[in-house]
Parts: sequence; C-alpha cells; structure tokens
Amino acid sequence: MNVDLNEKSSEQNNVTSDKPKILDIRDVSIAYGGELAVRNVTLPIFEKSITAIIGPSGCGKSTLLRSLNRMNDFIENVDQTGVISLKGDDLYGADTDPVEVRLKIGMVFQKPNPFPKSIYRNIAWGPTINGMEGDIEERVLTALKQSALWDEVKDRLQDSALNLSGGQQQRLCIARALAMEPEIILMDEPCSALDPVSTSRIEDLLFELKEKYTIVIVTHNMQQAARVSEYTAFLENGVLVEFGDTDQVFTRPANQRTEEYVTGRFG
Amino acid sequence: MISANLRRRHLIASLFRWSCIAVTGVAVAILCVLIYQVTTVGMPWLDLQFLDSFPSRFPEKAGIKSALYGTIWLVGLTALFAIPTGVLAAIYLEEYAPNNRFTRFIDINIANLAGVPSIVYGILGLALFVRFFHLERSVVSGALTMSLLILPVIVIASKEAIRAVPQSLRQAAFAVGATRWQVTRAHVLPSAIPGILTGVILALSRAIGETAPLIMIGALTYIAFVPEGPMDEFTALPIQIFNWTARPQQEFHELASAGIIVLLVVLLLMNSVAVYIRFRGSRREK
Repeated sequence: MNVDLNEKSSEQNNVTSDKPKILDIRDVSIAYGGELAVRNVTLPIFEKSITAIIGPSGCGKSTLLRSLNRMNDFIENVDQTGVISLKGDDLYGADTDPVEVRLKIGMVFQKPNPFPKSIYRNIAWGPTINGMEGDIEERVLTALKQSALWDEVKDRLQDSALNLSGGQQQRLCIARALAMEPEIILMDEPCSALDPVSTSRIEDLLFELKEKYTIVIVTHNMQQAARVSEYTAFLENGVLVEFGDTDQVFTRPANQRTEEYVTGRFG
Repeated sequence: MISANLRRRHLIASLFRWSCIAVTGVAVAILCVLIYQVTTVGMPWLDLQFLDSFPSRFPEKAGIKSALYGTIWLVGLTALFAIPTGVLAAIYLEEYAPNNRFTRFIDINIANLAGVPSIVYGILGLALFVRFFHLERSVVSGALTMSLLILPVIVIASKEAIRAVPQSLRQAAFAVGATRWQVTRAHVLPSAIPGILTGVILALSRAIGETAPLIMIGALTYIAFVPEGPMDEFTALPIQIFNWTARPQQEFHELASAGIIVLLVVLLLMNSVAVYIRFRGSRREK
C-alpha cells in the first residue's frame, strides 16, 4: 500500500508554474524513533507564492514544515532521508550551517511565542545578534508596518510584548520573522490559537506578504487554505496524496481521498 | 439526587483546610518561640563590643569578630567557587548534553551527591584539600569543601529552573538565526535566573550553617585574628556557637544565643540580596 501511494504521489507532482522554484523537497522521509511520519515526499515550493499544506491531525505536515528550516534538529531520534535544497543549496549538506538556514527561512509558530521582553526588543533582537546592516530602528518600524501592527503599538514600543492580545502577539511574531528579511517564511497553523477577527487580519496580511515573500503555511482550516494559498499539498499518513493549484485541488481534485477530505467527509 | 453527599464532601474539604492551617500554625509557632527565646537571652549581650572582640575566657570580653569575618570569607569564597561551576554544569546538562545513558548517569549521581552526609565531604576535604593539595586549615580549604557540599544543590536547582523555561521560547530564538549560546544567554538564563537564585541562596544558607565538615578540616575555635587572605586559618559562626554551648557557664550559653542572632542576621541579609536581584530581574523583563 505504501509503495502504491508513493507512485501516485510522484505522478501527481507535475505541477508547472511560471514562478521559479525556490525550495525543492525531493523524496523526503522523516522518522521519529523508527516511526515514519513523512514518507517519500517530493514537493516544489514556488517563489513569492503561498503554499498550503493540509491534512488530518498527525499526518506529518508540521514535521515536514519543521524540516524545511531544520527545527527538527532539536528533537531526539529523528531520522531524515531525501534532499531539501534552497535555490540549489542542500539544507542538510555537510558544510551547511543550520543557523544560516534559519536566517534564510524564518518561522511563525502555532502558539504566539513572543520573547518576554519589550515589543521593540522582540523584533530588534534577531537583526542585532546577526549583525544585520542598516538602522535597526528603521528595520523594526518597517517590520511592524508590514505586519499591520504599527498603529496599535506605535505609542508603546517599550511595553512588554506579553501585554498584547493573542492576535497582536502573533502579528508581532510575524514581524519578528519579517525583520530578518528571510527568503521563505514557514507558518505552522499560525491562526489555530486565535479568534476569527484576528485570523482574518492575519489572512489579509498573508495576501500582502506574498508580494515579497514565499510562504509555506500548515493549516487545519481548509477554508483558510482555499482563501489564501495558490498551491495546496494534501498529506495523509505522511504521504503526499496530491499537490496542485489550490483551485484545482479544491474544485477538481485528482485523488478521491483529497476530494473526501476537502469536502469534509473525514479528517 | 445530585446534592447527595454534598454536605459530607464539604465537611471533608473544610476539615482538610483546617488541618493544613493548623500544621502551618505549629511550624510558625515553633519558629516564633525559637526566635523569642534566642533574642531574649542573647539580645543583652549583643553590642558593638561583642561584634568587635575576639573569643575570650571572660564572657564579658568575649566576642564574635573572628567567627563573623571567617564566615563572611567562607561564604564569599564558596559562592565564588560553587555558583559559576554549578550553574555552568546545569547549563551544559540541560542545553548541550545529548540525552544518552552517560548524561543520565551523571544526572542520577548528582542527585545522589546531594544526599551524602556533610561529614563525608569533611573527610574528603581533609584528605584532598588540606593534605593532598597542602592548602592546610585555610579558608580556601573550607570554601572548597563547602563548594563540593553545595554544588549538587545548585546544579539540581539550576537544572530545574532551566528546564522550566518553555521550549517555545527557545524555538522562537532559534528561528531568527540565533546560536545555542545566544539563545541561552539572551532568553533561557534571564528566564531561569529567579529559580537559579533561589537554589543558590538555599545552598549558601546551608553552607553558612554547616559545622561538621569545618570541624573535620580543622577550622579552629580559638582564633584571635581575622583572616586577611584565603590562605589564613579561620573559624566560623556555627563553630563558635557550638563551642560556647559546650561550656558549663551560663554566660557562655547566653553568648551563644547572641551568636545565633548574628548568624540569622547574616542569613537574612544574604536572602534579601537575592530577593533584590530577583525583583530587579523581573522589572527589567517588562
């Protein structure tokens, strides 16, 4: 069955795009302590677009996402095979520095996790420790404006970030990632801990961000995937069942499992 | 039907609550009696002359100067040796060490060391520092011995504090391209500092009150000078107190009470420094 699904997934990966491929995920399998969580996934990520990864709980979508900026390095007993390359550079090469990978590929997490410091310091810290050129203050302001948080916090940049609401904290986390000017931003269910109003603000934000950034978003929420993304990948039991244009995946899925999932018949 | 048994359950709840209050009350009461007893007996003897005199055969001339200075030297040096070592060991074990059998072996044995009787550390100090390294009966011998004694306590408390820092905070920092050291320095340590300090203070409080290992390494009772360097001989407050209580004369027993007051004040001062650092730390966070 495993082999069968593999063949299917590779056959459905012939999606073409006028946008250049920025990230190439090739035949990637990830196992936790011998238990396969991601199986032979091959997936392109196109530049300046939003790719959604959907699938039922425990299908390996977060694991796959975290492998893209080496956040799985911190988990014990992880075995990974296959190749992930950013513009041709192997992210797991022998002379690849994981810190450099994370500089180029930023991340926003499921639960807002601001540093217990001031709003300003939250954003300024990354650029400061990495010795980024230019005016740090300018960089902070730009990031706050890009993440549509500026108007709400401009009078209290020195306040603790922990005093912000959940939705504001998540936008702060997005601003923190933006300040690093990464090539790709990974988002792991960024709205799952937020109310509908905050969620829609972040979705609006995603639309604006894709002009400049490549975004890969894992989401439980299929409407969200349909609304914001251009490409959608459907994962089930660690297998990439289908990948294609979001329109096509949601309206004319090639695979029956995909159809059942996106129409809400399971998952 | 639903309220069946409710009365009984409330009764049990309030019984439990009142037992807790009673037990707490007993503990506090005993402490109060102790402090009352010590202060009423010791206060009359507690004056500048007492603080500024060396031990003497005559109670009215006797004082605690050498013991007080000795204790300050001892605790100061112990802190100097034990805090960096203990905190760094905890950082290594929590942030860097791979989760393998060897690390777990070290973990378990540090916990075991915390339960070793202090006299055993005294024997170790005597053999290792006093004899083998020829540090003699110096403050530095005492401080090194005390450091070994309190090191496990500091390591364990610091490990707990570091482990309590949420993983999401580390991930946030890694995700903006921080190295392990930058994550630890800028986020893990500041969040863990209150817990680490609590452990350090507990450990130093233990060091200040320990007598057995000091007797073992030969901290003397009768010292008519204050240590001027780490290689000088010394005595410490608990030894002086112990010595006074061992004498038959009533006056010396009262002197012991005065010594206990001094010991308690030194302890409180140390604790308040820690509380201040914690307070400053939590304010800066905001």
